[in-house]
Amino acid sequence: MLPNYLFEPLRIYFIEAGAITRFAIRFLKEVFKPPYEFQEFFKQCFLLGYKTLPLVGVTGFIMGLVLTLQTRPTLVEFGAEAWMPSMVGISIVREIGPVVTALICAGKIGSSIGAELGSMKVTEQIDAMEVSGTNPFRYLIVTRILATTIMIPILVILADFIAMTGSYLVENLKGAVTWQLYFNQVFAHLDFSDILPATVKSFFFGFAIGLVGCYKGYKAEKGTAGVGRAANSAVVIASMILFVIDFLAVLVADVFYEL
Amino acid sequence: MKDSPISRVSHQSMPASVEPVLLVRDLQKSFGNNHVLNGFNMELFMGENLVIIGKSGSGKSVLIKCLVGLMEPDEGQIMILGKDITTLDQEELDQLRTEIGFLFQGSALYDSMTVRENLEFPLRRHLDKITSSSSNLIEDALDNVGLRHTIDLMPSELSGGMKRRVALARALILDPKIILYDEPTSGLDPITAKEIIELILNIQRQRQTASIIITHDMDCARVISNRMILLIDGQNYIEGTYEELYKSKDPQVQAFFK
Ligand SMILES: Nc1ncnc2c1ncn2[C@@H]1O[C@H](COP(=O)(O)OP(=O)(O)OP(=O)(O)O)[C@@H](O)[C@H]1O
Ligand SMILES: [Mg+2]
Repeated sequence: MLPNYLFEPLRIYFIEAGAITRFAIRFLKEVFKPPYEFQEFFKQCFLLGYKTLPLVGVTGFIMGLVLTLQTRPTLVEFGAEAWMPSMVGISIVREIGPVVTALICAGKIGSSIGAELGSMKVTEQIDAMEVSGTNPFRYLIVTRILATTIMIPILVILADFIAMTGSYLVENLKGAVTWQLYFNQVFAHLDFSDILPATVKSFFFGFAIGLVGCYKGYKAEKGTAGVGRAANSAVVIASMILFVIDFLAVLVADVFYEL
Repeated sequence: MKDSPISRVSHQSMPASVEPVLLVRDLQKSFGNNHVLNGFNMELFMGENLVIIGKSGSGKSVLIKCLVGLMEPDEGQIMILGKDITTLDQEELDQLRTEIGFLFQGSALYDSMTVRENLEFPLRRHLDKITSSSSNLIEDALDNVGLRHTIDLMPSELSGGMKRRVALARALILDPKIILYDEPTSGLDPITAKEIIELILNIQRQRQTASIIITHDMDCARVISNRMILLIDGQNYIEGTYEELYKSKDPQVQAFFK
């Protein structure tokens, strides 16, 4: 038998995983039921998506810049600097863009949803919604999860472009490549099989960030400490789930393209 | 109005209605091993102010949350306006909830919305119940609590007493027949508390509503109550007017009046 110090964390882990799964199933049940809360949905798209753009943009730009600066000398050594755009393009689109953007969003969006819903929960605002005839699950949770599911893929695509712009900037300074030539090079080697899995993956990233943030906030315990814990664990758990999804996505994509 | 001494509601003015608007039978609610409510019984009649007192943690908030369906009782019957709330589906429950105003212990105003949006929120699902335009309704509701000028402010810009009054306006906006107040004067200075008490008394006079008021404040209970229930160990330990409880020789009852 397992010793207790191993058993207890495992038990908590499985209980939590089960609860998050049930929360996700509840979301899937509620999402198609009217009344739809369009106004709140668009508001959340703006707050969660648009307001994260500067952060994602800066990170993406630096990502592209650094990636190019660091790989360039190696490629030059082998006389392969012509491969630079396609290499950067593929690595950003397939992996770095989605994962880094999602991690940043898990930090910013996940914690803000966790804290907001957590404080609404402990100050009884969610109860107040319920007694005034609005289903808080549909009004607060469904709209936020939908907003992150839709906005994060869009942020990822924008971050990809911004990162490649950063990369182009370095190339242009060192080798005087034109914008057009650079992007022709990038897209020449970017396959549908690179873009599709990355985009599908981003939807799942968005879903996971919204789901965990909402779950943690909605279940926050009484007291202000509960709010802090909700925000904190939303970020930690969402980040972990992102890597699991990333791993699964690679496995699935691999199986697909072996066929 | 502020300076006038608060007048006592006389018991004779209480309309004698036979049918209770709210009836609780043998209510039980536990959280794990914590048996909070243990066979609680109560009746509430139209036009009456019923005060419930009890120690902190005795389950007063749990009780009124059960009444509006925010918590599900383990056992027992809750009849509101002739309907058993445990048997209602979501839509019927929402419909019934428009007849109940709920003032939360900590006001529970929506932080991310202005005062106007806070008051609009209960209206969004119940536009059929409104006759005049909703912006008139909101202004009138704020006038009623003397806070019309705050309409475009955020809750974070209001003082505790103002928040409580806005929350009161929000609870009343659908003109409910039953109002549940969870510690309406807690955390307020004596003067602001007095203003809130005046508002509650005015509401009772003007609208003939039935109210349950949970409070620790015995001055508030004395002024406001037509009848009182003392909640101990999850049961209605004693029931009666303020004077009757005040004169009681029972040490458990006396403890509240010291
Ligand atoms: N959601 C919950 N889960 C578990 N236990 C709860 C929950 N809500 C309340 N309790 C427990 O029920 C008991 C009664 O709580 P309640 O909030 O009704 O007290 P109260 O009489 O309103 O006290 P106060 O005067 O401090 O507001 C407490 O012991 C509390 O721990
Ligand atoms: Mg309470």
